[in-house]
Amino acid sequence: MNQHFTVTAEAADKAGASPQDVVRLVDLKRRFGATPAIDGISLTVRKGEILGIIGRSGAGKSTLIRCLNGLERPDSGEVFIEGREISRLGERDLQPLRRRIGMIFQHFNLLSAKTVEDNVALPLKIEGRPKAERLARAAELLELVGLSEKAKAYPASLSGGQKQRVGIARALAARPALLLSDEATSALDPETTRSILALLKDINRQLGLTILLITHEMEVIRSIADRVAVIDAGRIVEQGPVWSVFADPQSDITRSLLGAIRPQLPAELAARLLPAAGAETILRVDVAGEAASGPLLSDLATSVPGAFRLVHGGIDHIQQQPVGTLFLSVPGSDASHLAEIITFLKARKARVEVLGHVANPV
Amino acid sequence: MSPILFELLLRSIWETVLMTAASGLISLVFGLPLGLALISTERGGIAESLWVNRVLGAVINGFRSVPFIILLVALIPLTRLIVGTSIGTWAAIVPLSIAATPYYARIAEVSLREVDHGLIEAARAMGGNRWTIIREVLVPEALPGIVAGFTVTLVTLIGASAMAGAIGAGGLGDLAIRYGYQRFETSVMVAVVIVLIILVCGIQWAGDRLVARLDRRG
Repeated sequence: MNQHFTVTAEAADKAGASPQDVVRLVDLKRRFGATPAIDGISLTVRKGEILGIIGRSGAGKSTLIRCLNGLERPDSGEVFIEGREISRLGERDLQPLRRRIGMIFQHFNLLSAKTVEDNVALPLKIEGRPKAERLARAAELLELVGLSEKAKAYPASLSGGQKQRVGIARALAARPALLLSDEATSALDPETTRSILALLKDINRQLGLTILLITHEMEVIRSIADRVAVIDAGRIVEQGPVWSVFADPQSDITRSLLGAIRPQLPAELAARLLPAAGAETILRVDVAGEAASGPLLSDLATSVPGAFRLVHGGIDHIQQQPVGTLFLSVPGSDASHLAEIITFLKARKARVEVLGHVANPV
Repeated sequence: MSPILFELLLRSIWETVLMTAASGLISLVFGLPLGLALISTERGGIAESLWVNRVLGAVINGFRSVPFIILLVALIPLTRLIVGTSIGTWAAIVPLSIAATPYYARIAEVSLREVDHGLIEAARAMGGNRWTIIREVLVPEALPGIVAGFTVTLVTLIGASAMAGAIGAGGLGDLAIRYGYQRFETSVMVAVVIVLIILVCGIQWAGDRLVARLDRRG
């Protein structure tokens, strides 16, 4: 089966004008009435990568993803799919193009009147393939998603996670060059979410399939995306490799979306922070990459005499890159000692922020 | 009941079954596409055309608002054109079909509208055209409702066919009026009512069973 996909991927290269970019959006705009849903978005999705687009609900994510397969039409701007501009194609010309793009949905959108295998085979039926070929392909895909024994079952008898697996199998049936995921795990519980994300990552690695996913959950981005674009009010406010956006978020939106999964100062300590100098100073130290992999704290202890205390924090690994946040407490009111610590940390490429002072440390 | 009356009863049953089945079938053949046309042309439909939608809706409402007994008479010229005569069982099938078609179109429309829009979007995302959406999504997904609505239409047609006696179509309703009521043959009246109950219950039972078999929504 992998051979099939390799062959298809080569064919895709020949068909596309620009083999590296599966998707290229140029200054895309779409408004509904007076409110702009997408307000000038440009981005590219490279072949074989997983690009995550994150934003709050109403940020324009759904409209954006629907512009990629022509379910939604932009008012202006250009949409290139495998090098071909599609935003002004008619419905009839869009139909063959959509067969190159698989899509999975938050609510799965499986046909209740068809068996699991008929659901999976539907894209091939639409392509006009013979029945034997359709069923063989469906069996192959159901094995890939681990649902072979459910081939003859109807969707109503499946759990949410199983339904989404069928959705994924169906999206892959016509051997697409791109998979669009519209909040595919938002209706699932955390454990099922993890298994679906693992499956998508597997498919991305095994088949080299390019995936563009939209979500409002940072956890999804963190577990499978290579790059992330943060959108708010129809604009991209920030984008880059996931680990670097996590390590050093630039916008307030990103920080607030990251809020729940980044380490925070424990609430009882945060409540006691005072702006004026007190007995101890609390520092927030963000480290990533090189700074996080070296012996930062022991070097600090040997280079700068004087005590400090690790209050909270840790190092996480995102895309094999260490990313961490440490909260240090520096005792005493000696300003030069504090300055020395900050200078040392900054020299090691850590970002340091003085959060405040605690009068009566525990 | 005399053997002659019994024979009349049998013939009337046949006439009612014939009128109901034929006009039911015709209303299905024309009403379902009409229902599809109604939901396809409405705002956000797969073939949005508000103008067509409004005209269709008005024509359907027009036919539905005319009382059947009036339709029966008003359509006599058309009936004569199609069947060649304006009296008899076959002649009654024309006005019955014309009354039942818009009725069934509205029932089909309701079932079709209940199909989750996400399913239509999924079919479009797969590269399906309108025909695919109708054949693979709208009709199969709405099928339990389409069948249940057809059952309702058949039962309604049994009732409406009683009026077809006015143009000499015969049938159970006509038998009940002429023999049971006007000639005080209580046994005929009772027999007709019992047969009608059996007919209606049978159709409803068969329809319900079919719906249960078709419904995979769990």
